[in-house]
Parts: sequence; C-alpha cells; structure tokens
Amino acid sequence: MENDKSNEELRVGVFVCHCGTNIGGFVDVPSVAEYAKTLPGVVFAMDNLYTCAEDGLAAIKNAIKEHKLNRVVVASCTPRTHAPLFQATVEEAGLNKYLFTFVNIREHCSWVHMKEKEKATEKARDLVRMGVARVKLLSPQEEPRIPVEKSALVIGGGVAGMTAAHSLAKMGFPVHLVEKEKELGGFVRNLNNLYVTTKDATETIMPLIEKVKSHPNIKVYLNSKVSNVHGFIGNFDVKIKPNDKDEEVEHKVGSIIVATGAIEYTKEALYGYNVYKNVVTLTEFEIMCKNKTLPKVKNVAFIQCAGSRGQDVSYCSRICCNVAIKNAINIVDNYDNLLGIAEQTGKAVEEVPVEPKAPTEVLERRRRRSSRGRGREDEEVAEEVKRGPGERIEVTIFNRDIMSYGIAHELYFNKAREKRVRFVRYKPDRRPEVIMDGDKLMIKYFHETLAVEREMPVDLVILSTPLIAQPDAEDISRLLKVPCGQDGFFLEAHVKLRPVDFATDGVFVCGTARGPADITESIEQAEAAASRAATPLAAGYVQAEAIMAHVDQEICSGCGTCIDVCPYGAITKNEEGLAEVVAAACKGCGCCGASCPENAISMTNYTDEQLMAEALAALKEAI
Amino acid sequence: MSSEGEKKPGSTGGEGWEPNIVAFCCNWCSYAGADLAGVSRFQYPPNIKVIRVMCSGRVEPQFVLRALELGADGVLITGCHIGDCHYLSGNEKAEVRMKMTADLLEMLGIGRDRMRLEWISASEGEKFAETMREFTERIRELGPNPLTNGGEDSG
Repeated sequence: MENDKSNEELRVGVFVCHCGTNIGGFVDVPSVAEYAKTLPGVVFAMDNLYTCAEDGLAAIKNAIKEHKLNRVVVASCTPRTHAPLFQATVEEAGLNKYLFTFVNIREHCSWVHMKEKEKATEKARDLVRMGVARVKLLSPQEEPRIPVEKSALVIGGGVAGMTAAHSLAKMGFPVHLVEKEKELGGFVRNLNNLYVTTKDATETIMPLIEKVKSHPNIKVYLNSKVSNVHGFIGNFDVKIKPNDKDEEVEHKVGSIIVATGAIEYTKEALYGYNVYKNVVTLTEFEIMCKNKTLPKVKNVAFIQCAGSRGQDVSYCSRICCNVAIKNAINIVDNYDNLLGIAEQTGKAVEEVPVEPKAPTEVLERRRRRSSRGRGREDEEVAEEVKRGPGERIEVTIFNRDIMSYGIAHELYFNKAREKRVRFVRYKPDRRPEVIMDGDKLMIKYFHETLAVEREMPVDLVILSTPLIAQPDAEDISRLLKVPCGQDGFFLEAHVKLRPVDFATDGVFVCGTARGPADITESIEQAEAAASRAATPLAAGYVQAEAIMAHVDQEICSGCGTCIDVCPYGAITKNEEGLAEVVAAACKGCGCCGASCPENAISMTNYTDEQLMAEALAALKEAI
Repeated sequence: MSSEGEKKPGSTGGEGWEPNIVAFCCNWCSYAGADLAGVSRFQYPPNIKVIRVMCSGRVEPQFVLRALELGADGVLITGCHIGDCHYLSGNEKAEVRMKMTADLLEMLGIGRDRMRLEWISASEGEKFAETMREFTERIRELGPNPLTNGGEDSG
C-alpha cells in the first residue's frame, strides 16, 4: 500500500493562518505562504485570516478538490486544540485524515518572538518547511475497530462506586462491584449527617446500598480485591480475589471504573493528636456524634487546615470548611442529643449549670445591641441574653480562611456566624498551638485583629485534617497502568477537559480517589464516569487511533526488548517467537521503536524517516 | 573551540552565525508547556524548532546523532516529569537512553553539552521559555557544531 502511494504524484497544499493579528501581527504571513509555494511538492498555498473559520475550512475543502491535493499542511495554532477540526475537514473533502500535518506558528512562533518580526517570519518559514517535509512521508491509515465486552468492573463500594455501578446496571450492562471491606458504604459509614441536610448519613445512603444489592445486573464482591488486570479497552481480563480465600474469580469486562475513595490524614502529635486526650479528627468526632459517645464539653475548638495547605500536604482538602461549619452548628443546636445522655436516660438533660458571668449592665448593653436591626422577638433576645454566651457551648473555628464555596454553603456559613460560632483567623507562620496547662487543655493562638497572643481553655479540639489517597492506590495504579499524581491521588487524563477519564482508554475514575470531594460531587463524578464507561459498551466497538507500533517480522530477531519496555503489555511473542503488537492495547508512545536493536519496529505516523525529515528540514534550507 | 574571528562566514560560524537547535518535545507535557509559554507570551530566542513526538521515550540516540550530523548546533529533548509520564514510564527510558547518548557525545568529542534532557510539564510555560533561553545561550557559548565545518577547523 505504501509503495503504491509513493508512486503517486505528491500534491501538497499549505494553508497559513493570520489568526487575526495573533500571527499576522508578528509574522509576515503572506510571505510565508509565498515561500511555501517554492517548496518541492507544494502545488498550492494560501493565507487565511482565520483558517479555522467557516470560510477557511471551505477554502481547504475547495483547494483539495480543485488542485487535487493529496497532502495538507495547516500552519496556525496548536494541534492540541485544533487538529481534530482540520482532520475532520480534510476527511470531508475525501482525504484520509492521516495525510494532514499541523504546523504551530502561533504558540511556538509569533507569540514567543513578538519583538523580532523578521526572525519570527524566518522561523515560521522553517516550521512550514518542516511540516511539508513531514507531510510528504505520511501515508493513509485506517483506524482499527475492536469489538467490546459489554460489561464493567467498578472498584470500590462507597457512594461513588455504588452510584457508578447502579447507573451502569440501569443502562443494562452487567457490573462487577468489588469492595475490600465487609460491607458497602465506604467513608460515609463513619459520618453522622451530611452537610446542608440534618438527616442521618447512613439513612441517606441506605436506599442506594439496597438498590445496588438487589439489582440483578450487579454482582457485589465484598471483602475482596482485584488481584489482576490484563488487556485493554473493551477487552479487560480481570481477576477478583476474596481477602480470606485463595481462589480467584475471572471475568472479562469492557470498562473499568476506579472509585476507591480516600482516607483521613492523621499524624502523631499534630496539634497534640494522640498525645492529649480530647484531640480528635473531624471523622473521629463524627463517629462520636453518631455513636452518641461525645464527652461532656463546654468549649470546643476546630482547627482548620490541620496538616494541609502546605503544612504536611500541599493541597486544600476542599470539604473540611463545610464539614466543620456543619458540626459547629450541630454542636450549638443539637448538643444534648449529640451527648447521647437524652437517649440513655430517656429524658431531656438538664441544662449544664453555669454561673452567670456578665454583670447586669453588660447584659443590658448586649440586649440592646443584639436586638437592634435584627427584628427578633424581644423574648427570644431576652432568653439569649439571660443565658449569655458564657452559658452556652462555645465553638471556635480557627481558620486560615473559610472556603464555603457554593450557594447553600455560604448561607450555612452565615448561619453559623449568626449562631455565634467564633471564627478566628490564623496565618501559617503563626499557627495555633494545643498545649496542656496542668491538667487543662489549652489553645494558644495569636489574635490577628488584636495582634496579641491569647490562651483559651478547651475541652475538645477537633482537627480538620485533609483527605489523603488510599494507601493501596499505588497498587491499583500499577495494576491498571494508570497514573497517580504527586499527592497520591489518581490523575485524570486532563484536568479540565477529561476529568473522569484516565489517559488509559477504557479506565475511568470518580469520587475521592481523584481528590477531595463531597458526596454531591462524588455522585456527579460517578454518574459522569458511568456514562463515559458506557460509551464503548453501548457502541459495541472502539476505534483505536492509528498511532501505533508495527513490527516488521522479517527483521525482528525475537529478542523481546520491546516486550520489556512496553508500559502497556501491548507486545507479545507469537508462535514463531517474534514480537507482535496488540493493536488495541498499543498507545503509540514509541518506547519500543526507540529501543529495538534491529530497527524492526516503526511507529505509524511518527516513523524514523518522518521525524528525521523534519529535523533535516529544520536544519537545512534544501529538502 | 575557535574564537569569534576564526569562524567561517556563512551558515556556520562567522558574525552572522546563529545557533540552530532542534527540540524533540513530548506531546503531552512539554509540547503543551511550549504552548503555555506561547499563550503566556513568554519570549525566547527563535533559534529552537520543535519536533513533536508522542513521548520522550520515542527519541532514539540516533535521532540526536543524526541531527548533529545534519548540522544542528544543539539538540534538546523534553518530556514529562518523572512520575507524570503520559505513558507511565517512557520518560524513565528516555533518561537512561539520553544519559548514555550524552556519554557517547562526550566520547566522540562533540561534547555532552550540545544535548540536554529537560522535564517540562504542561503547566511550566515559564520553565519552557527559560530552558530555551538558557540552552540557546549555552550553545552560543559553545559555538558552531564542530561537525559542520570539521574539516577546516581541524587543520
């Protein structure tokens, strides 16, 4: 096929874009187009104000027909955003999309050499020459279609995993849901209530658990782990192993969703954690509330960003501000219930007797102030004044800044302030300290507004520590060949454009496995991941990009070096002991091509010849 | 290395001499880093021309040698940071391979400094521009590629 093509007369068309003044302002675009006409093989060249606009695209299609172009070069912006558009355009005009080359004269030229118009123009010419040299060596490619196994694997039985599994099951696809613990529910099982609502957390997710357990399309594997994964999109062979048994179950699935969640960060002696009694983390506090084992306390302090935002981990854990606010309101509103005493005695507890501290005139002043402009009922105010702040549970939230993002949450924050939850700011260079003064737990802090050191007795310190990656995330990363980022969370394919995809096709991620998220967000991501995972299952086939390795078996010596270097296990030995590429698994990185001692491996669309032709064109005028 | 005055006029050496550098950039991190440098309008010398490869692990030692043979004054290879490779571990392979290539260049008398391997992420536009500035400057110091006018120079 390639030989046939090389006999064909090459007819290259070059389209140079002004991009308004983005390129045109710093590069003499018409002269670049004129120069392109002088290059061997180029039969047509023109400049466009915007090649990506409708008339620019029409010009490409017309020129392909009129001048019988069989190769197209567009010199404009970056292929990372615009290649698909131009590829689709040449395809519409009947040209294989692999016969197109993109030359970047904006990001790599006009924008970075803005003060040197002449040199920028010269470089734009060089870049066009490189593109023309490359395009002439391209050959048409067919994108292979690969059949897909219409079922999915979901790893993790928390809210995200259950939501994703249920969503896929509803679409009619069999789902294998693997949970390493003995029951479904994940992190939420620890929680008391979920913020903005006051409903019990377990109660909230119970219907979801029931739906997952009873759905005929979902097979739940509790107390189990995924022990082995092989294959590629549409054709994964997975092994599931129960923790207490040796026998593994094998399944073939088309998509995989990772929803393994996160855990809470703790560190010995962080603000006295595990050193002093009554220093707990947010989740431990939730567990105490849930089990109604909260000790009798009067002064409660939250310390936000404990261990996060540069202290131990770099990132913001995102959910802790809202969780702390929720708990602060819970404490103020619902303290008796949280204590669990009411439940034990079967009656409401007596008020904690407290000496009135404020003198009468202060109480009076406070009454006047608090009733002004708030429109509250006198009795209500009077009641509050009588109790005074000293008689209530005092909640202080030490924070660097409160990030109660979202509409409902900001109102929640306001509500907490109305309920006299104190918000005290600290700076990272003067963090509050938890100390023990005799047998009294104290917080020493620097009051920013008053610019003084203060001390405050506390009965309970709650540390808002961040969510961190699961300790076994790396094992899963290795198993599925998907990356974890610097902080150990799973890394999506693109932070903006592909938030629930992995770069590895057919594998998706959702929930706190990819970073701190609350339940709403986890469910959103889970639904998104389920929908992304269903795409190949519903289509029944996948189309692989034709950038892949090709082994010339005439030359291959069967040394196996390529098998060792392939990060995807996409090369196997055939019966003759020679290397063979599994098209659907190959991602086209080219590591094998670069390491083959016999030069038997070529990379479609990135052959040695194509790359070297580009290099030659970069270095020499004549090509 | 020959001093300014001894350099031959024309494309190699002499007053009009400008370093000619090719950079093999991986598609996912450093090509995107180069894009970001552009979007951010970070200026750098126009001596470098980028050749896009899918992964730094695609770059063969022969590419570097051949580019130098063809007249490049410097060759730059850029990839994702270790641990961030789009293809999991391609950059680790590039690291091993390019270390070896640098040794080879030293052995051949071309000098290891004519080649550089740099990790540039998609978010490091400034680092891309800075690397381009630094490397161009370094090659300027080294002068023209000895292979391009080797015959005359060695005499």
